[in-house]
Order: sequence, then C-alpha cells, then structure tokens
Amino acid sequence: MIPLPPTAPPGVACADALACDVACFPTLDEYVDLVRAWREDGFEVCADLCGVDYLGHPGRDLPEGVVATRFEVVVNLLSIERRQRVRVRVQAGDREPRVPSLFGVYPGTEAMEREAFDLVGILFDGHPDLTRILMPEDWEGHPLRKDYAVGRVPVQFKEAPGPR
Amino acid sequence: MSDVTHETTVRVAERVERLTAETSEGPQGLLERRATDLNELGREVGAVLRGTGLALDPRDVDVERSDDETMIINMGPAHPSTHGVLRLMLELDGEYVLRTKPVIGYLHTGMEKTGETLRYMQGATNVTRMDYLSPLSNELGFCTAVETLLGVELPARAVWIRMMMAELNRVASHLVWMATNGMDLGSTSMMIYGFRERELILAFFEKTTGLRMNHNYIRPGGVAADLPDGWEDDVTVICDTILERTDEYDELLTGQPIFRGRMEGVAPISAEEAMALGVTGPILRSTGVAWDLRRTMPYLAYDQVDFDVIVGTYGDNFDRFAVRLNEIRESIRIVRQCVERMPRGDYRVQDAKVTPPPRARIDESMEALIHHFKLFTEGFQVPAGEVYSAIESPRGELGCYLVSDGGPHPFRMHVRAPSFVNLQAVPLMMRGGMVSDAITVISSVDPIMGEVDR
Repeated sequence: MIPLPPTAPPGVACADALACDVACFPTLDEYVDLVRAWREDGFEVCADLCGVDYLGHPGRDLPEGVVATRFEVVVNLLSIERRQRVRVRVQAGDREPRVPSLFGVYPGTEAMEREAFDLVGILFDGHPDLTRILMPEDWEGHPLRKDYAVGRVPVQFKEAPGPR
Repeated sequence: MSDVTHETTVRVAERVERLTAETSEGPQGLLERRATDLNELGREVGAVLRGTGLALDPRDVDVERSDDETMIINMGPAHPSTHGVLRLMLELDGEYVLRTKPVIGYLHTGMEKTGETLRYMQGATNVTRMDYLSPLSNELGFCTAVETLLGVELPARAVWIRMMMAELNRVASHLVWMATNGMDLGSTSMMIYGFRERELILAFFEKTTGLRMNHNYIRPGGVAADLPDGWEDDVTVICDTILERTDEYDELLTGQPIFRGRMEGVAPISAEEAMALGVTGPILRSTGVAWDLRRTMPYLAYDQVDFDVIVGTYGDNFDRFAVRLNEIRESIRIVRQCVERMPRGDYRVQDAKVTPPPRARIDESMEALIHHFKLFTEGFQVPAGEVYSAIESPRGELGCYLVSDGGPHPFRMHVRAPSFVNLQAVPLMMRGGMVSDAITVISSVDPIMGEVDR
C-alpha cells in the first residue's frame, strides 16, 4: 500500500486492493481534491472510470467508516512515471447519484463519464456535455442498472419512419 | 399546372424535414456555435488541457467566428474510411476543420450487460466479439481478471501459448491496420498485401482454435486446446514470411514520397496531450513515451522474453505508422522466442473446480463426471471482490474491471476499451487540418467500432 499524496485531504479511508497499489474511499466532498492530489503526485493518466450499481449486493467489503450506497463510481489512475496504479472508489448515493466531474483534472474522463451517465445513470456536475453516448438520445432508462431487465425492449431504431 | 408545382414543393419540404429528423442525433450531435456553451466549445476545438500549465482557455480560440462562415457536415457513419460505423461531425471553414465531434453508439450491443448474465466460463465468448481484430487480447484481459480474483496459478505452457497467440494476433491486427491505412491513402496494393499476410495467421488460428475470429480460445484457467501437431513449422513459416514482407512494405510505403507527404507532420499530438486525454498504445508511444504494459507492468511471461518497445518522436501520422510497422517485427521476435522456449506440460489448470476434466476421464471416474456436470450447469464460484486488470492490446491498454459477489456470474463487468478512449484525441488531431487529412487521422487512430461501442 503506497501512502496518500501530501496534498490529499486528511483522513481518506484506504485499503489494499487486488492488482493495484492502493484503493481510496473518499467522500463526495473529498473526491475531486483527492484525485487532483494524485495527479499532482505523478498519476498522469486516468485509465478508467466506470459506474457500478450495487443493488442486490449490499455487503461488499469496505473499510471502516465508509457507508455503502447503491451506486459507486470507480476511477483507476495510472502513473507512467512511477509505474503504479491507484483506485479511487466514491460512494455516489442511492436515489439520484451525483458526483462532481473530473473533467477539470483529467480531460480524458469526458467520454467515460458520459458512458457512466448513459449506462448507469450517474450525474456528473460540471461535465461540459453530459449527453448519452452509446444509447440513442431518446432512450429511457439506464441499461446497466440492476433493476433494468435484460431484453426488456426489443431491437428498435430511433425514429423509424416505417415502410416507405 | 400551377397546382402540380404547388404539390411538388410541399412534398419536397416534407422530405427535407423528415431527412433532418432521421439524421438528427439531438444534443449528441455537433451543434452550431451559438447553441454551444463555452466549455463545450472549448472541448470540441481540442482546448482540453488543464492542470499542467498547458491549459488553453476556450476564450482564446476562435469563438467569435460566426456561424455563416462555417459549415457543419457529416462524415459517416457509412463512410468507407471510417472503418465501421463511426460518425464524425465536422465544422469546416472552407477546406479546414475547426471542430470535430465523434458520434458513436451505432454498434452498441450491450455486451457489458450481457456479460452479467453469462457465467465466467461463457464470458470469454462474449468479450471476444468486442475488438474483432484482436479477439485474443479481449479474452486475455477478461481471463486475467477472473484468474486474479480466483487466485489460480497457470501452468507455464498455458502462459506461453497465450503469449504466442496474443503476439500473433497483434501482428494480424497491425497488418489489417497497415492494409486499411494504405487503402485510405490510395495505396490499394498495400490493402491486398496486408490482408494476404493476415490470412496466414488466421489459417493458423483456425487450425488451433477452430475459428478464424472470435476464438473463445483463452478461457479462465488456461487455453481451450493444446497447440496442433507441427505447430512449430507453421509458426516459423509465418514468422519468416511476414518478416521478409515487412521489408517490402518499407519499400512500398516508408520511402515513398507521396506517402510521406501525406503522413509526415500531419496531425501531431504531444505526450502531455496524449496522457491528459488518457490515450495509450501506439499513439502514446509515437509521442516518445516508452509506455508498453508488456514491458512496464509485465503480465504473462513478457519479463522473460527479449523485445524492444518502439517509440516515435513527433507523434504525427508517420510516427504512428512507423511504430506499428516495427511492432510487427518485435512481435515476431517474441513469437520466435516462444517457439524456441515453449515449455511442456499442461495447457490448463488441473483444478477440476475451474476447468472441466478431459473427456476420457468422464467415462471412468464418477468424480470427473460430477465435476463436469457441475461446471457446465452451475459454473464455478469466484470469491467476492473487485479487480482491474490491464493488458496491452494492439490499440492500447485494455482493462477489465470485474466485480464479483461470490456467485457464478460477474456482478459487473466493465471493459476499458482502448479505442473508445483514444477516439477522444480525434478532435484535437483534426483541428486546423484539411478535410482530406481527416481520413488519415481516423485511420492512424485505428478505432475498432466493435470495441468503441461494445
């Protein structure tokens, strides 16, 4: 487990993680500050960002003091200089998950946040263009949520004009 | 007479309206400048770099340009040079590209959702269809994640088979890239040569895995089958042939003035820009950053083989071409070492809880029959936990974030697709270039739409 960067907000919960140097569990307020601190500490690349819906799997392993919520945003950072990986997992809320956007820290999270919004329905405050990216614009619901059944909607095409 | 004219006009008007409705993507598309907010505009012109002092204020770029001087056109989703169903909306000022916005999702098939309904052993069948040019990389990424959660140790032969197959697949994938890139630049001979050479590798894959693409060969616990008899000869012939032909590509393309004129200095990207955008793979290496997961965070047995990481200098189209061409040679070096040093032994874990017993054992052993039955009806349970494991696919870092709740299905499977992230560099590379260069830019980013849309 590597130590937190010096500029990180104090008291962020950390734990060991598989195939990763450290996993941090910030609160919503600490989230952007922590990620920025990691970036200043040499983590140049945001490798991955995704949302997870934990409905039906509430008893996951979290460090003490972290309250599990239904939605979680997982960010995997990569340091090219130090050859290390860091995972940041933030609890995004139960009903209307809303987290601040990382766009100001890593511009490369733009598409990934749009994907997390589109498929899991997590809202990112401060994102410049939060629209659907993979699903059609007029799609209802967020397919990767656990209460969205598989195969509920037959294949459909947007604004299909019908036989001409 | 006048009635007829009137009717025609009405019909035309309707038609135009319907056309707009059919092609509109709503807010997903590229909007006119007056309808775009400043932040978004800045992003679209590529002014996305913050944090490292490289920041480009959106207000500094040409926002005062009025809408009637520019034109927004569509390129794709069915344009032959977009390599699939990529749609780019370009804002043009005459022949120059000002803003670009990729509109994706035309090939979205919900593979991450499907992955949650499949058992771990079936999972490889699903992920292999994402990046259809390097299916073995997808399988490898997924299986590494599953095996990390399971905590199984692979037999040496499985590791080396995986490594050899993944490298052959990298060669095949880069050959297709060389072929299509040649095609985009008008070199149809390269198109034919690239596909001709790839055919050698696909034939070997068919012999080994049973399929030319979407192999489902690498599975949790090892590989599906041992290498066929006489594989050393096949692989050696492939290596000799392709290595010799890369010199022909050099003659055909590398030194050719027209090719160089269209590639050199076109669409450069700096290392800082690439890293800020999360770009990995040959594009990042072309900017001079020697970042290759095979070398820097070794998986399989890459720390035991000898190869060079190819880097470029300027990060332009030509560097991206040169990096890929030389990576073919390096991959062949690795494959040759695999042929020489392939260990004997099992090609999959002999743990009956993870891999099915051999067919012959089922007839004689009750236990084997039970294991077989349990594996194919219930699948195996994977301990609860989360893992992100990344490998170097031909396009960059292919990561798999896997959440398990202890059951036989992944609770959440997220694939970090390199093409999806690399596509974000397109607006930056396009800006200020010509429309005709747009085609070479798309080509040199090498997006595979099956992977972008998943």
